[in-house]
Amino acid sequence: MGASLLSAPAFAQVDFTGEWNPLYHEDGPERLPGPELGDYTELPINDAARLRADSYDADRISVVPEYQCRPHGADYSMRGLGNLRIWREFDTATQQLIAFHTHLLAWDSERTIYMDGRPHPPEYADHTWQGFSTGVWEGNMLTITTTHLKTNYLRRNGVPRSDKATLTEHWMRHGDYLTVVTVIDDPVFLTEPLVRSDNWFLDPGQGIGVFGCEYEPEVPRPEGTVPHHLPGTNPFLTEFANWYGLPPFAVRGGAETLYPEYRSKIKPYNPPAQCERYCTCTNLFNCNVTSK
Amino acid sequence: MKRLLPFLIFAAGRVFFAPAAGHAQQNFDNVVEHLLPVQGSVYMMVGAGGNITVQVGKDGVLLVDTQYAPLAPKIMAAIRTLSPMPIRYIVDTHFHGDHTGGNGALAKLGGAGAMPRIIANDHVLNRMTAPPAAGQTAVPEADWPNDEYFTASKDFFFNNEAVVVYHMPAAHTDGDSIVFFRRSDVISTGDIFTPETYPGIDLARGGSIQGEIAALNRILELTVPAKYQEGGTYVIPGHGRLCEEADVVEYRDMVTIVRDRIQDLIGKGRNLEQVRAARPTLDYDTQYGAIPAGATSGSPAADRFVDAVYKSLGGK
Repeated sequence: MGASLLSAPAFAQVDFTGEWNPLYHEDGPERLPGPELGDYTELPINDAARLRADSYDADRISVVPEYQCRPHGADYSMRGLGNLRIWREFDTATQQLIAFHTHLLAWDSERTIYMDGRPHPPEYADHTWQGFSTGVWEGNMLTITTTHLKTNYLRRNGVPRSDKATLTEHWMRHGDYLTVVTVIDDPVFLTEPLVRSDNWFLDPGQGIGVFGCEYEPEVPRPEGTVPHHLPGTNPFLTEFANWYGLPPFAVRGGAETLYPEYRSKIKPYNPPAQCERYCTCTNLFNCNVTSK
Repeated sequence: MKRLLPFLIFAAGRVFFAPAAGHAQQNFDNVVEHLLPVQGSVYMMVGAGGNITVQVGKDGVLLVDTQYAPLAPKIMAAIRTLSPMPIRYIVDTHFHGDHTGGNGALAKLGGAGAMPRIIANDHVLNRMTAPPAAGQTAVPEADWPNDEYFTASKDFFFNNEAVVVYHMPAAHTDGDSIVFFRRSDVISTGDIFTPETYPGIDLARGGSIQGEIAALNRILELTVPAKYQEGGTYVIPGHGRLCEEADVVEYRDMVTIVRDRIQDLIGKGRNLEQVRAARPTLDYDTQYGAIPAGATSGSPAADRFVDAVYKSLGGK
C-alpha cells in the first residue's frame, strides 16, 4: 500500500476538467457581435497587418465558399463565442497524464494539449487551425505552447495573424473560475507580443450543442473572385473613430498605442455626450449596437 | 558557381529559377533528407531544392521531382526506408534544375535495370533539350523526360490508385504540371504553389501571372477539405511545408490581390518604377518577402514579383 502511494505520479497540481461558461466582461462587443471595421486599437501590429486589414472585405466570407466554415484559430477560439469542455487523458498502464483535451462550441473545435513531454513536429509539417500544443506546470499554473497554426486573424475585422506565430497560454484556476492569459508572438505581423485574457466559470450543467457548418455558394461570382478593397478605397475605415469621437490615427493600432502615456497624444478627443453604442454588453442576449 | 550567379537567386532558403542543368559547386554534404508521411501511400521528402513527393506500393516507387543529382544517394536511402521496390515513374512538375537535377541519377540508382518513365509536359523536354545559353551547361540526356505529354492531362494507374497529371499552362513556366493522387487524396503542385515565398513567375520561360492564378484556382477546384476546412486533400508545395486547401486559398488570395493592385496602377498610367514605389505587396512582404516584422524597407523578393506581374500584365 505504501509503495503504491509513493509511486503515484504527481501529474496535475490543478484539475481543469469540466464544463466552463465564458464571461464576456472583457472586450464584449468584439467577442460577441464582432469588432467594428477599422478598429485596430490595443493591437501591436505593423504596417503590413494594417494594410492587410484595410484591404479586408467582409464579402469574402459570403462570396468565397472556402471561408464559410473556417474556424477560429486556437489563439482566438478561447475568446470567441462558445462554451468550453475540458477533459483529461491518462495512460492506463502508468496513470501518467498524457494530455488535456478541449472542445469549444464554435466550429466544434477540439484541441489536444500534450503533457507527456513530446516534441513539436518539424517545421515542414502541416499546420492546423488549433495548432500543436504542449503544456508544462509552473506551480499551479499550466503554461501551454502552441505552434503550427494556420494563418488566421487576430481580430475578426481582417487583422491577420500568420502561420509563423507562437501562442503561449497561462491557465489559472481560482475555485470555480478559470483565467486564461494568452500571449501571441508573431514575427510577421506584430512588433511586440499581444497579451489578452479571458475568464470562465464552472457550469457543470451546461450542454454544448453541435455547431455544424456546410459551405455553399450563396452569391453568383466569377471564378476565382477574391473580394478586397484597393489601397485607399475602403469607405468604412473611419466609421469607428467617428462613432467614438476619436482622432483617426488613434484607432490604427501599433505598439505605442498600448501604453498609458499614449492617452496624452489622443487629441482632439471628443467622446459622445452619452453612450450610444454597446452601452450594455455582458452576454449574447444584451450585446448589440443599440443596447442601453 | 560564378557562372551561375545570374541564374541562381537565393531567397528565404530556396532557389528561384534554378537553371535546367547544373548545381555547380553547391555543397550538399550537410543536407539531410527528411520523410514526412502525408496520407495514403504518399510521403513528402524535404531536403535541398524542391520537395519530392514519394508514392510507394506493390507496383514500385513513383517520384514527383528529384532535387539535385548529388543528393540521389541520400534520396535513395530515404526511399529504401519505405520500399525495396524499383523506381518506376518520375514526374517532373517543371524543368528547373532544383526539381529535375536528380532525374538521371535516381533512375540509375533506383531503376533496378529498367529505366523509369520520366513524365513531363512537352515544354519541359523542349526546355531541357534546347541549346544552353551562354555560360550555362547542357542538361544531361539522362535527365530528360522520356514520356512527355502535350495534352491537357495524362493519367495512369499505379500502386492501386489513379494518378492524374494536369498541365497548368503559362503559370510558373510554360510546362508546369500538378500531380493528383486520387485515392490518397494528395496533390503535388511544383512551384505554382510555394507557401513561404512569392511565386517565381519565369516570364522568359512562358510563365504568366494570369496562368499562375488560373493554376491556383484549378488546384482549389480539385481540393476538398474535411470538416471545418481542415484535412481532406493534402497539398505538397514546390517548396515549404505540407499544406491543405486553406493554405492554397491564402496564397491564391495574395496573388490575386497583388495582381488587382498592379492592374489598377497600370490602368492609372504608372510606370514600373512608380508601381514599385507604391509598394503593392507591402502587407505581404513580411510573410512572403523574407523581411522581418519591423522592417520598413522593401524586399528584393517583392520587387522581383512586382516586376514579373507588371510585365506579365503588359505594363510598359
